[in-house]
Amino acid sequence: MSPLSVIFGRELALAWKAGPAAPVGFFLGAAVLLPLAMGTDRALLEAAGPPLVWVAAALAALMTLERLFQADLEDGSLDQLFLADESVELIVAAKGAALWVAVGLPLALAGAPVAIALQTPIEGIPAVVAGLALGMAAFIGAGLVAAAVTASVKRAGVLIALIVLPFFAPPVVFGAAATGHFGAPFLLLTGCALGAVSVGPILAAAALRLQAE
Amino acid sequence: MGLNLGVDKEAEHFAPVRLSVEAVTLERGGHVLFERLSFSAAGGDFVELRGPNGAGKTSLLRAIAGFLKLTTGAITFEGVEDAQLALHLLGHRDGLKAALNVEAHARYWASLLGEGADAGAALDRVGLARIADLPARILSQGQSRRLALTRLVTAPRPVWLLDEPAAGLDTQGKDLLDALIAEHRARGGLVIAGLHERLTEEATMTVTL
Repeated sequence: MSPLSVIFGRELALAWKAGPAAPVGFFLGAAVLLPLAMGTDRALLEAAGPPLVWVAAALAALMTLERLFQADLEDGSLDQLFLADESVELIVAAKGAALWVAVGLPLALAGAPVAIALQTPIEGIPAVVAGLALGMAAFIGAGLVAAAVTASVKRAGVLIALIVLPFFAPPVVFGAAATGHFGAPFLLLTGCALGAVSVGPILAAAALRLQAE
Repeated sequence: MGLNLGVDKEAEHFAPVRLSVEAVTLERGGHVLFERLSFSAAGGDFVELRGPNGAGKTSLLRAIAGFLKLTTGAITFEGVEDAQLALHLLGHRDGLKAALNVEAHARYWASLLGEGADAGAALDRVGLARIADLPARILSQGQSRRLALTRLVTAPRPVWLLDEPAAGLDTQGKDLLDALIAEHRARGGLVIAGLHERLTEEATMTVTL
């Protein structure tokens, strides 16, 4: 097996053991409470539902970031990444991909029942799930950088939230606008995801090099 | 634990390697650890770093590994292309993941750092083969250190930087460490270790910080 697939497998096992339950549960919980809080006005739910779902998804993504590199720094395994015969950028990308599979995909799938509860027509469900999957990729790509920059900061949650806020804004804007159809906002969301996924690991690797000091 | 302490005669010899530390000054947090330290060592040498707590043994090892910026001076390797691919750093943190089992660590390092011996053989060598299925969470301190030692066994790299390698090891573990160091030197490898206690293996040079 190639080193990268072994690294991906290990990160997937770690992300899975750390548990997608907390972020996905948070997302589901928030999305279930929304219609209860907003009442039964169908028009209101249709209008306000998608933006609120995207805010819940962004907050759920935030939950996964704090320990992402902090644990590696504390237990000493970060050092070994720099001694590896594999570029740190690719290792970081594999870590992000593992997080997306373990948390991003389950959360996107959880978006289907949530969309139904929020009165999205059945034919719009695939676009909701695909949109959330892309959105999670964008969140994780930007989040890698914030997690790397704050790896040595204790209780970095608030700091991470402040750093990623401007970078979470575009996918939230386009994602909420795209809900239910594969239109122009969906393409812009795809662009956000591609940009974050390609640039995020490079910036995160640079930040981690400073953390090794 | 069935330890195999014999020196492996078939192991391949390393190409000649040379390390030069020239007039190195290191500062941490505005505090000077040591000034204008110079020494050089070659393959087959065993350099021990001695000094009280806080003298800078760990910092010097991390600087040689390329993780710390030098305040002044230079650290150069001859005979290796990329220093970070030619060295092992065994720090006081073992680099273990509590949720993963012993064998998963050995396999991961073998593919991350370069495969020499296979993971099973490496675990056998450090005496952990019988507990390959246990998660790292429940390992004792000595067992964790032995697991970290599998990195030295799985990936053949000429330069070993060891920070308190004997910490937590029992008598047998220390014998194993001695045997690994002797074997490594016989292959032309260079060992630099920060030590508080004496190992049986005689150092060729002592650097006091």
